[in-house]
Amino acid sequence: MTQLDGRGRGRFSSAIHEMEIDTRMLGMIGALLVIWIGFQFWSGSGSWSDGTFLSARNLWNLSVQTSAVGIMATGMVLVIVSRNIDLSVGSMLAVLGMAMALLQAEILPDYFGFGSPWIWIISLLVGIVMGGALGAFQGVVTAYAGVPSFIVTLGGLLVWRGLAWMMASGRTIAPMDSTFQLLGGGSRGSIGATWSWIVGGLASVGIVFLIINSRRQRIRFGFRIRPRWADYTIGAASIAIVLVAVGYLNSYFLPVRLAEQRGGGDIAFGLANPVLIAIGVVLLMTFVATRLRFGRYVYAIGGNPEAAELAGIKTKLTIVKTFALMGILVGVGAAVQVARLNAAVSGLGVNTELYVIAAAVIGGTSLLGGIGTIPGAMLGALVMQSLQSGMALVGVETAAQDVAVGVVLVAAVAIDTIYRKRASA
Amino acid sequence: MTTTTERGTPLVEMRDIRVAFGGVHAVDGVTVDLFPGEVVALVGGNGAGKTTLIRTLSGAHKADSGQIFINGEPVTIETPRDAKKYAIETIYQTLALAENVDAPSNMFLGRELLTRWHTLDDRAMENAARTVMSRLNPKFQNFKVAVESLSGGQRQSVAIAKAVHFNARILIMDEPTAALGPSETDQVNDLIQQLKAGGIGIFLISHDIHDVFDLSDRIAVMLQGKLVAIVNKKDVTKDEVLAMIIMGKLPGEVSASELEHLRD
Repeated sequence: MTQLDGRGRGRFSSAIHEMEIDTRMLGMIGALLVIWIGFQFWSGSGSWSDGTFLSARNLWNLSVQTSAVGIMATGMVLVIVSRNIDLSVGSMLAVLGMAMALLQAEILPDYFGFGSPWIWIISLLVGIVMGGALGAFQGVVTAYAGVPSFIVTLGGLLVWRGLAWMMASGRTIAPMDSTFQLLGGGSRGSIGATWSWIVGGLASVGIVFLIINSRRQRIRFGFRIRPRWADYTIGAASIAIVLVAVGYLNSYFLPVRLAEQRGGGDIAFGLANPVLIAIGVVLLMTFVATRLRFGRYVYAIGGNPEAAELAGIKTKLTIVKTFALMGILVGVGAAVQVARLNAAVSGLGVNTELYVIAAAVIGGTSLLGGIGTIPGAMLGALVMQSLQSGMALVGVETAAQDVAVGVVLVAAVAIDTIYRKRASA
Repeated sequence: MTTTTERGTPLVEMRDIRVAFGGVHAVDGVTVDLFPGEVVALVGGNGAGKTTLIRTLSGAHKADSGQIFINGEPVTIETPRDAKKYAIETIYQTLALAENVDAPSNMFLGRELLTRWHTLDDRAMENAARTVMSRLNPKFQNFKVAVESLSGGQRQSVAIAKAVHFNARILIMDEPTAALGPSETDQVNDLIQQLKAGGIGIFLISHDIHDVFDLSDRIAVMLQGKLVAIVNKKDVTKDEVLAMIIMGKLPGEVSASELEHLRD
């Protein structure tokens, strides 16, 4: 950044450089746009205006569908960055989902009576704490017993799946507590137009604050500052994206009958709760990964485990924490899934570990360790979900969907690898 | 040879250190000391036990037996953190840098500067890194890139800057110039003189007999885990040191014909 290289740059790329925008991130956003535009045409049989992919309704659904995998992918980033892997995510989601469902549908009502607020609070807490504990357990076996995490979590994949079945003998547990259901989105689990605008407004203020703060810090230490035009461009573009997204999602209205129950007219869903949770998780995990010592240690361990150890970092404890964090996020993801389905089934979360890992990897996380970003993983989840729901929309059969997602996963990593080689050469 | 009484208390004294891997005695009852402002070179062939010995001082490996004294006080060093507590900094042959993070993060790894909210104070760390680096290697400007894209000399600067910033009093350098070109080697050698003048004690492990003679005050020769002898550089020739490294024979014990033979 501080060093100007001698190579000639085009005006566009030098502008990108001045604005300090990550070109890989830009590439992913580009890929996402290509997918979206492609499906818009495809869903309209070649006509843009007949397409349904970019309808407010579809994008709103897409945002909700992306949330659970995205939430878990942020944790997977740290696990993979530290040179580990967690294959147990899907099965753990089943155990935690089943535990939360059993608590609220069969166990807690006996103590508190149906509808008591304690039911959803305790269920949610138990799910999250249990997730942290199961994750930490796998982390301890990995870090302290020295069993490769691939094996530990492969065992976990089988064990948790089996336990999830045993917990309810394969029954479907339903329905969920009515407050708990709000975690899953839907017409009740969304915040409506006004609050969505407030969230968008707060986000805009946050963006301005971050830019000003960064500028002030740089001035304080006499570092090179970004040109003003770059600050303005980034700020304006970010705020525009936020507000356009909110405005567009706000144009998805409740079905007429539901709206009539609430007084009629156009009533917007607004942002769904799972989306808000996912946004919160991304912010929090980005903070953890980039601003806390723990995050720095995770990256250092991934870059050179021996150097981290010699620097005096408690590497084993750090690994346990990454797995515990992963477990906690699986707990959150499980709550969202179960709330959305309004039930826990024994097949809950099958193959989810693969989608979570794929989201992290498509988002630029390197399986060699040391490299990966939280927003990248969320974007990866969005890319994958866009592909899947796009294909479902245009009527591609499930088997072919899997083929396509698999191909995209490998292609994304191949392109990334080539890009990285070229960048380091 | 200098004795302890003439020069006061040594900065470091490692007494009768033993380390075994399985049945092999990697370090077998070695005693060495180091005074402030002194460079003690540790030399010996591959597998002589130099690195293992020094790893017990830097906390990277636990000694099976033996004692370490810092300023005359017995200390226990079991982890790298213990070593840092006694202002012992180590520059490893492999440099021990996390390749994927930038220079300031590497310098402060494990000892990050924090804001009052306990978050990483990256700008303060970068600022401190710039301050140290302006002294050590003014040309160094790549503070924001992962160290994997730095040259060997620049990476070496990062490792040394770390030791300097944290006010090392005892510095261990394991083959500091092995990966460097001639001009970078000169730079590191200048730096060693600078640090030495500042009263830091330095253990220098090196294969290069010329560097050893240029930089060190005393030379400790090891062979098969044992200390052959510690000699004053002034009292010996390069050939005599080579004879100690290869045959384990002290300067008096080695014949002229054997020395002749070594030169071939």
